[in-house]
Amino acid sequence: MVKNSFNIIIAGVGGQGLITLTQILAEAALSEGYDVKTSELHGLSQRGGSVETHIRFGKKIYSPLIDGKKADLVISLETQEGARKIPLSHSKTIFAVNNDYVLYRGGFSREKIEQKIKSLLKKRLYLIPASEICKKELQNGVVSGVYLLGYCIFKKIIPLKANSILKAIKKIVPIKYLELNKKAFNLVNRN
Amino acid sequence: MIKKILLGNEAIVQGALEAGVNFVSAYPGTPSSEIGNVFSKIAKENGVYFEFSTNEKVALEAAIGASFSGLKSLVAMKSFGVNVCLDSLIPLLYTGVVGPMVIIVADDPSCWSSAQSEENSRAFAYLAHIPILEPADPQEAKDFTKFAFKLSEKFKLPVIVKTTTRVAHQRMPVVIDPKVNTGTQKTGEFIKNPHQFVTMPPRVLEMKKELLEKIEKIRDFAEKSPLNKVSGVRNTAKVGIITSGVSYLHTLEALKELNLHIPVLKLGFFYPLPKKIIQPFIKKLNRVLVVEELEGYLEKEITALAKDINPKLQIFGKNLLSPIGELNANKITFALAKILGRKYQIPEVKEIIPKRYPNPCLGCPHLLTFSILKKLTSKNIIFGGDIGCYMLAGMPQFNLQDYLFSMGSSVGIGHGIMKATKKQKVIALMGDSTFFHAGISALINTVFNKSSPLIIVLDNRTTAMTGHQTNPGIGKTGMGEDTAILKPEEIAVACGVKNIKVIDPVNIKEYESTIKEFLNKKEVSLIVARRICALLIKKQKNG
Ligand SMILES: Cc1ncc(C[n+]2csc(CCOP(=O)(O)OP(=O)(O)O)c2C)c(N)n1
Repeated sequence: MVKNSFNIIIAGVGGQGLITLTQILAEAALSEGYDVKTSELHGLSQRGGSVETHIRFGKKIYSPLIDGKKADLVISLETQEGARKIPLSHSKTIFAVNNDYVLYRGGFSREKIEQKIKSLLKKRLYLIPASEICKKELQNGVVSGVYLLGYCIFKKIIPLKANSILKAIKKIVPIKYLELNKKAFNLVNRN
Repeated sequence: MIKKILLGNEAIVQGALEAGVNFVSAYPGTPSSEIGNVFSKIAKENGVYFEFSTNEKVALEAAIGASFSGLKSLVAMKSFGVNVCLDSLIPLLYTGVVGPMVIIVADDPSCWSSAQSEENSRAFAYLAHIPILEPADPQEAKDFTKFAFKLSEKFKLPVIVKTTTRVAHQRMPVVIDPKVNTGTQKTGEFIKNPHQFVTMPPRVLEMKKELLEKIEKIRDFAEKSPLNKVSGVRNTAKVGIITSGVSYLHTLEALKELNLHIPVLKLGFFYPLPKKIIQPFIKKLNRVLVVEELEGYLEKEITALAKDINPKLQIFGKNLLSPIGELNANKITFALAKILGRKYQIPEVKEIIPKRYPNPCLGCPHLLTFSILKKLTSKNIIFGGDIGCYMLAGMPQFNLQDYLFSMGSSVGIGHGIMKATKKQKVIALMGDSTFFHAGISALINTVFNKSSPLIIVLDNRTTAMTGHQTNPGIGKTGMGEDTAILKPEEIAVACGVKNIKVIDPVNIKEYESTIKEFLNKKEVSLIVARRICALLIKKQKNG
């Protein structure tokens, strides 16, 4: 049971499906009786730039924004975007980061960023090859976010029940992609 | 009544449906766009007429016509849209409405999705005498929209519900009525009444008097309205907060952070301001902090009120909370701590990863134009930017934007540059939606006044940046019905443009040689670079 509030920042690059993840988490939190608020950005910021969404749930949530260093968890769909959130974290913030890399002008090399994020976060980092696993097991990297979500739920990083998430997935994801998403969510259990 | 998680904009749609809206018009603009997008999908089944209008001025005018014919109407736009429709908005307050009308205006503090300016639309209240309500979250967005229809119906004036990015794009569980009135589209009737609808002098000054009287009546009403509320301890408190909109939520977080229990007055009405609620609130205080985003309009009002009622009151606001950028709990905590003599430092956040700028999508047709223009870079070629995805021409990797203003202005300003400089040549970029929105009058001006910019209409067959809405060039209305396809090249012919060519930008050679040829022309020339948005193709494939 979350006492005050549980604060999640989801980070990534525009077009990686952050908003769907945000919606799933919000639905799941509501179904467990929590108050919940989210904040997201639409528009030009989506065009391949850095994007983030905020989700907060708990007994009573006022602001939809996670200010300063109050994130409990950062989920990132890409390593550089994960590392970008380190200054927004406190000494106990957990990072669940997809070990995937989207190149951009002026960014770090793949090796450099992996080194950097590992050395800065140490034990607070779960660096997970989500895209790779999803491509291999499901022939589809798009659902790596849902895989990460599964990871965080089954490893008890997010204090919500797997069943609530599955119900939320059913509600949010179009029927055409439902099976794929459910599989991605449950994949952690198989390995 | 059920609870459903809604985005602020979805909650506004729900509120309008619950109020029984008949007629909706919109021009897209982040952060208001989802309102139109949702109506575009659900209007038919709910017996609502919906259109994406050519621009915000005609969107408002369409709703005025509907309202004068007795229908309940809603108009949605972003902040800049009010600038465009202002010429009709001001007289609308003079005539008042017949059917109630609500206008949703979405501001974007911090310019998350806006170029141009960090506009604070609350200022229009003073100019147009239009009531403005400011919700803080999706639940209020729904409730205030519904309330705004009632207010408009009662006082026969249009009402603005003003959101910001953090309200429009906030999600939360919202209590909704699942049984909204669905049915057939309502037909109105325009009952002639020139006394109300014709704003000619001397009547126009009478109308102004009637308007000002109505506003005072609404003020009385606002002063009894639960949209303004006080929370926290009251009687003994010496420090208080007055706030509105999403700042209220950040304020509550700040109070939690400092473990403070002080009274907070949250104003739902920005205009007309409920003075009789504010006066007793500030009367016994020593210090008050006004927490509002952007320019300090409330602070000014409160300063004026305090002169009579509590001249010793210390008023804090924009001296501690910047008029630039959105507010958050940290900034408010800092201001409160300062006033109370407590120690608090805003956590320092140092960037450790280089900025990742937005980029054209994979396969974006605008990229082809950028790559050709890049080769032409010289001090005598001026690149006129305009509003749309092709603003990315201004990103450091392209650096192809020498000025950027408002929709349609690439040509308007380009014309002036060419007239002034004589030997410098302007290449003005403009998207298809922007061309129809505000480009045509600027194009006519170049012909009329004999100047010779090269205009490139980047026709990607959609209004891409705001989420792929239809426009007059597409052949589909906002409700998905077939309609005429207007072609920029044919409009240009009718406007008297002599040099016109339509090109698929993948034909790089042809594109390049046409640009070179047109750059030497003594008259205005226009290229339509036509290729569908790559993201739209993907979207259509995925259904
Ligand atoms: C007056 C006004 N209304 C709305 C907007 C929001 N807006 C920004 S870009 C854009 C779309 C432009 O579409 P188009 O010209 O077709 O270019 P594209 O994005 O498709 O390249 C809109 C409507 C604005 N900036 N100003």
